[in-house]
Amino acid sequence: MDGTRALQMGRIDDARVAAAPGRVAPRRSRGGAYWQAAPFALLFLLFFILPLCLTVAVSFWHYDEYSLTPAFTLENYQEVFDGCIAKLPALCVTFATYLSTLRFALLAWVATLVLGFGIAYFLAFHVRSVPVQMGLFLLCTVPFWTSNIIRMVAWVPLLGRNGLVNQGLQAVGLTDAPLDWLLYSEFSVVLAFVHLYTLFMMVPIFNSMARIDRSLIEAARDAGASGWQTLWNVVIPLCKPGIVIGSIFVLTIVMGDFVTVGIMGGQQIASIGKVIQVQMNYLQFPIAAANAVVLLGIVLLMIWALTRLVDIRREL
Amino acid sequence: MHGASVELIAVSKRYGAALAVDAVGLQVPAGSYCCLLGPSGCGKTTTLRMIAGHETASDGHIRIGPREVGHLPPAARGTAMMFQSYALFPHLDCLDNVAFGPRMRGVDKATRQRRAREMLALVRMESYAHRLPAQLSGGQQQRVALGRALVTEPSVLLLDEPLSALDPFLRIQVRAELKRLQKELGITFIHVTHSQEEAMALSDLVVVMNGGRIEQAAPPREVFSRPATAFVARFIGGHNVIALPQGCRLVAVRVDRMRLSPAGAEDAAPGPSLTARVDTVEYQGSFVQLRLQALDPAVSATELFAVMPDDAFAARPFAVGEPVTARWGEGDAHALRDVQPPAVAPALEELSP
Repeated sequence: MDGTRALQMGRIDDARVAAAPGRVAPRRSRGGAYWQAAPFALLFLLFFILPLCLTVAVSFWHYDEYSLTPAFTLENYQEVFDGCIAKLPALCVTFATYLSTLRFALLAWVATLVLGFGIAYFLAFHVRSVPVQMGLFLLCTVPFWTSNIIRMVAWVPLLGRNGLVNQGLQAVGLTDAPLDWLLYSEFSVVLAFVHLYTLFMMVPIFNSMARIDRSLIEAARDAGASGWQTLWNVVIPLCKPGIVIGSIFVLTIVMGDFVTVGIMGGQQIASIGKVIQVQMNYLQFPIAAANAVVLLGIVLLMIWALTRLVDIRREL
Repeated sequence: MHGASVELIAVSKRYGAALAVDAVGLQVPAGSYCCLLGPSGCGKTTTLRMIAGHETASDGHIRIGPREVGHLPPAARGTAMMFQSYALFPHLDCLDNVAFGPRMRGVDKATRQRRAREMLALVRMESYAHRLPAQLSGGQQQRVALGRALVTEPSVLLLDEPLSALDPFLRIQVRAELKRLQKELGITFIHVTHSQEEAMALSDLVVVMNGGRIEQAAPPREVFSRPATAFVARFIGGHNVIALPQGCRLVAVRVDRMRLSPAGAEDAAPGPSLTARVDTVEYQGSFVQLRLQALDPAVSATELFAVMPDDAFAARPFAVGEPVTARWGEGDAHALRDVQPPAVAPALEELSP
């Protein structure tokens, strides 16, 4: 028994010795790193870079009612912005849709930021015991045990004309008639966004907060800062990377969304994602691709602006 | 800036069932340099944090100057704390770090920046005003932290192990700097440390703590020459704690007061003595340190040391294993407060045959 163990240990030691030169030599280890990154790089290339290139290519194709023809034409982009400049200050369909989408993005961003920051702050600074902290954290992920669609549909019996909320409000006597704006409205769309994406805001902020040295909070208090002053001058500046990462998550998801706006808006509210989806349904791939490329450009601009505000590499 | 006195009256701190600080009473005169000294977990940092207002005392009263401050927030106490990790704000440059306190108190920008610059000059960091903390060395960060603590013109500065993160060479430099600043500013410094050397070098008042209690609070010379308890004698070092069979109390004798002569030599001066065997001899430059093993089993002493000037040792060397008589003057034996003999710590020599 002891003999075998000694033998095994001997073998392990040999293996270590054999592995050591490889670890020391920089060339070999760098080659190893490339190999390790290769599977993911391949996945990325196949399912992200390639489709993206195809989308950009298709956006320059020619299409009519019956056919798609490979070409290099800007007519799809012209169609996207057809009459937009001429009509100003009145808004063309594209501009109005972008404006509506941006408004949803902004509302969802503000709501998830306030909620996510608040919850993260509570978890990071007010919950003292780590097991309780982890327990509550897991509780926040419970909604993710089921799919997006189910979570959205689950709002219908709650917010509908004869839903729980309306029945409750009428029973208490706060309203006489059911409230119509609870479901299939901008309110329900934003509500669903907040429900779905607050966690994406909260987790990076919590991560930033967990890294703040607690003695900094004490030092601020020692210097005479009130609770709000500490929050504004110490906690928020040190959470900026988390806030920016969370904002990127929420903004990019909401900007491209068409399912939530469709289901929670009762198929009555326009969003740019919805426009693209409809064009796809009509097999108008080139104009859908052009729209997608414009959307991608706008989202990338937003991300660029956010990363200009804060260096998020520090956090990664 | 003016120093204020600090007074603790039966201050206790409980964490659940655990008693971190046990009814501590202490008076620190205004403008003095006080060191809280003790091993880790002795309650010294908790005591400091209670004075600062970062912990609330479970019991007792804390006075700073004439005011009872137990219910006041840290900033209203006239204290400032320098944290062990320095706790500089990583997103602010040195100037903004130092100006943070005045900014929170609503001082206008020109005034607070002028004062911050004065403070940076005081700690000799004015040329680093626009560096971020991450761009500074440990010693420089500490100076900035000191400037930030002093900018609010506290009457009491509280320092939590300020030198522990520095390398030994820098530590001695900064130590001198702290003493100079305290003298110049005339404010009260309360400094937590586990290094008796640091406490001796700096303080007007040494407070030796152990197990949440104060063992002794006295000027350094008194702590060294007349330790109150066996714990103090051992923690301060340079003492033998001896339980002689003829007395019921423990006595402390400074190791440099132990006079050695060959066993059986009758010409030595009268006085208390014990017989021992030389265990080790260590040459230390200006002196030689001998570790002794008492031969009389009735004499309980954990560790016995004797120190001789190197020329005296050269004139009459002792060899390892040689039996000796160690004597000391009646006046050199200092009775300790505790009655029980010290717990015997097994020395390495006892483990091997």
